[in-house]
Amino acid sequence: MSAVDLVNELSARFGEAVQGAQPTHDAFPTLWIAPEAMPAVHRYLKHEIAQPFPLLVDLWAIDETARHHREGQPPSGVTIASHLMSLQRNADIRLKCALPANDPRAHSIAGIYPNADWYEREAFDMFGVHFEGRRDHRRILMPPLWDGHPMRKDQPARATERPPFVMTAALFDAEEQALAADPEALGLPTQRDGVELMILNYGPHSMATHGVFRIVLALDGEEIVAARPDIGFHHRGAEKMGERQSWHQYIPYTDRIDYLGGVMGEMPYLQAVERLCGITVPARAETVRIMLCEIYRIMNHLLFYGTLAQDTGAMSPVFYMFTDRERGYRVIEAITGARMHPGWFRIGGLAADLPEGWDALVRDFLDWMPSRLDDYEGMVMRNEIFRARTVGIAAYDTATALDWGITGPGLRATGCGWDTRKQRPYSGYQNFEFEVPTGHRGDCYDRARVRVDEIRQSLRIIRQCLDHMPAGPIKADHPLTTPPPRERMLHDIETMIHHFVGASWGPVVPAGEATGQVESVRGLTQYAVVSDGETTSYRTRIRTPSFAHLQSIATIAPGLTVADLVAYLGSIDYVMSDVDR
Amino acid sequence: MIGMTLTAIISTMLIMVLLVVAGTFTWVERRVLGFVQERLGPNRVGPFGFLQWVADTVKILTKEDRPPPGADRVAYILAPMVAATPVLAGFGVVAFGDGLSLANIDVGVMFLLGMMGLTVYGVVLGALASNSRFALMGGLRAAAQMLAYETFLGLSLLGVVMLAGSLSLTEIVHAQRDVWFVLLQPFGAALFCIAGVAAAHRLPFDLPESENDLVAGYLTEYTGMSFGLFFLGEYLAVLLVASLAVTLFFGGWLGPWLLGPWLPGPIWFGLKVGVIALIFIWIRATLPRPRYDQLVRFAWKIALPLALGNLLLTGLIVVARSAP
Repeated sequence: MSAVDLVNELSARFGEAVQGAQPTHDAFPTLWIAPEAMPAVHRYLKHEIAQPFPLLVDLWAIDETARHHREGQPPSGVTIASHLMSLQRNADIRLKCALPANDPRAHSIAGIYPNADWYEREAFDMFGVHFEGRRDHRRILMPPLWDGHPMRKDQPARATERPPFVMTAALFDAEEQALAADPEALGLPTQRDGVELMILNYGPHSMATHGVFRIVLALDGEEIVAARPDIGFHHRGAEKMGERQSWHQYIPYTDRIDYLGGVMGEMPYLQAVERLCGITVPARAETVRIMLCEIYRIMNHLLFYGTLAQDTGAMSPVFYMFTDRERGYRVIEAITGARMHPGWFRIGGLAADLPEGWDALVRDFLDWMPSRLDDYEGMVMRNEIFRARTVGIAAYDTATALDWGITGPGLRATGCGWDTRKQRPYSGYQNFEFEVPTGHRGDCYDRARVRVDEIRQSLRIIRQCLDHMPAGPIKADHPLTTPPPRERMLHDIETMIHHFVGASWGPVVPAGEATGQVESVRGLTQYAVVSDGETTSYRTRIRTPSFAHLQSIATIAPGLTVADLVAYLGSIDYVMSDVDR
Repeated sequence: MIGMTLTAIISTMLIMVLLVVAGTFTWVERRVLGFVQERLGPNRVGPFGFLQWVADTVKILTKEDRPPPGADRVAYILAPMVAATPVLAGFGVVAFGDGLSLANIDVGVMFLLGMMGLTVYGVVLGALASNSRFALMGGLRAAAQMLAYETFLGLSLLGVVMLAGSLSLTEIVHAQRDVWFVLLQPFGAALFCIAGVAAAHRLPFDLPESENDLVAGYLTEYTGMSFGLFFLGEYLAVLLVASLAVTLFFGGWLGPWLLGPWLPGPIWFGLKVGVIALIFIWIRATLPRPRYDQLVRFAWKIALPLALGNLLLTGLIVVARSAP
């Protein structure tokens, strides 16, 4: 069934409630729905339609008050957009509803898609949108005492636009008080069968939480009765910065969304921007992008591997894996000049061509890894104690995973072989031979298994990049390629002007909306950008996998012991910067 | 009077030596771990970083040390002493050579077991006194773990006591003139070593501390020298367990076979303890940590029956051999 059929079906069923379709620069149909019909349409798409949409990829808000180019869209002050995915159809749909700017009230869909809960909290926190049918509206990313909704267009993006911040003793105490783990406010039980539970504030400064992340636990002895994850300690306002930095300047920020994914974060952002600009990236640039992404996937998975072993108490593997990562980073360093955050992709291509001798470096790394992986297999994956600590721990099935928006290795460990690189090849992944490893139990061990196997598949992909690296330009021949090729810039005045404009104001990206999706190291990363024909983005929405993964902890953690929780957290493989953005 | 003064002087000297040995052991451990883990380990202070432990000691001694708010002050300060003192006292009966022990009492094995059992009081006391939930959980784990492991620690070495017919450490070593008990009591030796690792709270049995999930367990709120005392107690406990293993199963100060006379007894003893301590480090570098319930289940359901079986078998053999 094509996108047009889907739109027709929804229009026929919901009649007037479907207010119209909006043209965008991506392949997904975008429909405007009347606010009061949102729950019904979502319920229909999840439960009633043939080949349903079980996965709510994302839900976010757009403040439309300062936007000029809204052709083909109904008037709106604040727009709520939700992005649904059907694995069976391999198709997505985006639903939008228009709300007034001064008191935006939408209808909650958390009863239909459980993972909408945090997204709705975020929309409230950042835009002040209230959702009918929610128990409460609590901030999620901003501090509890924050005043205002920072993503609204009338809120400043720079600290210098506000009065100077002064931390007084009273303010400090108030902020600290507001963060105290109050079981009642968090909806935590304090008793079970007449036994008083111990409330344990786990994090935000615990080594087990892999970053500034807090879980408030209700414990009966060592057993977790209830868990409430609490995020926002790593929030840097990356989406707001997207509206402030030029399209080109924002690239390095995308590296730091998932700070272990390196260039992986640049991919979906650039996909979206290049779609808006209508740029086709040359084959060599695409292949180099893939190669670097896969090296970063290995870097991340090695860190995951070592720290998961560390979380179960094995102290040595992480050091061996850092030796390997050092070798990998040497390759990355030689190619990009940086290690963790190269900011190396450009709109329409790459910052520079591969250096001389890159192939020998990559080959060395490819030859080095396999025997090391064999060693780790015996040291970690076949270790009896490690298996006792991970097999059957924190298991969930595919349906639960989709309910909570879990993607990537966490989804594949349940036996669902969804991988964006395979299902929706981008940047030329269709030209590569690789397998998508899956598990079947969906437990900590399988999540580790999937990632360990992915390392080998990534090595395979890199080997193919090495053997078949296309020749040709590394930048697209397009006026919006930023910066333009330097040789030409120094020889013809037109390219010189483009360079000047791109460097001083930043490139002007045509108005419209576009989306980029990639299989990042942790799962589905999606950038939905709105351009209003300016030098900066009008709205940059970043959907990160870790955000969804952490939300599921409250459902999966009960019944585990504290030690299991640590193994479980390790097996999720999240990065707090990727959660809070 | 002179005798008592002499004992006091020798005890003080022994404690001094033990402190230096424990300090050196921390350096050895960090270097060995560094070697195993493809990194350098401490290599800046003194030759090969040997003086690192001295620097650490100075640091730990000069650090501010105060109980956290809400803590039980007296118990908080007392706990590290309760943890370290019994281990030091335990060394009083260890026979470093023939006749070379501070107190050659005829129930040496019992005394040592008692002293090692007492260390858990320090841990639990410290955990309770700290007014921290992480410490509390560490303390609970320590209590459960020690209860489970003390039982078969004692049972595992009773076979040796039966064979030697004595509870005196010196007598037990003498009984190994012909053959070391590790050959006669392989099960006992294996079980003793497992329980010994647990008694010393070393990975994979460091659940009371378990830095990956409990921050630092019972040590969470400790700092400065009170932390240092706990730390010292742990490292000395490793050496004490190693000494006991050497005495009970590896011939004490006796050299292997004909090599015996080549080196003096105490040197042999030191070498053997060193090898066992190295194995402790090796295990720490290799193994993950089982979960608390898995550990306790192993102790009660597998190790304890095995220890009892071993005891029964040994008893039958001893009786059969002594029967005319």
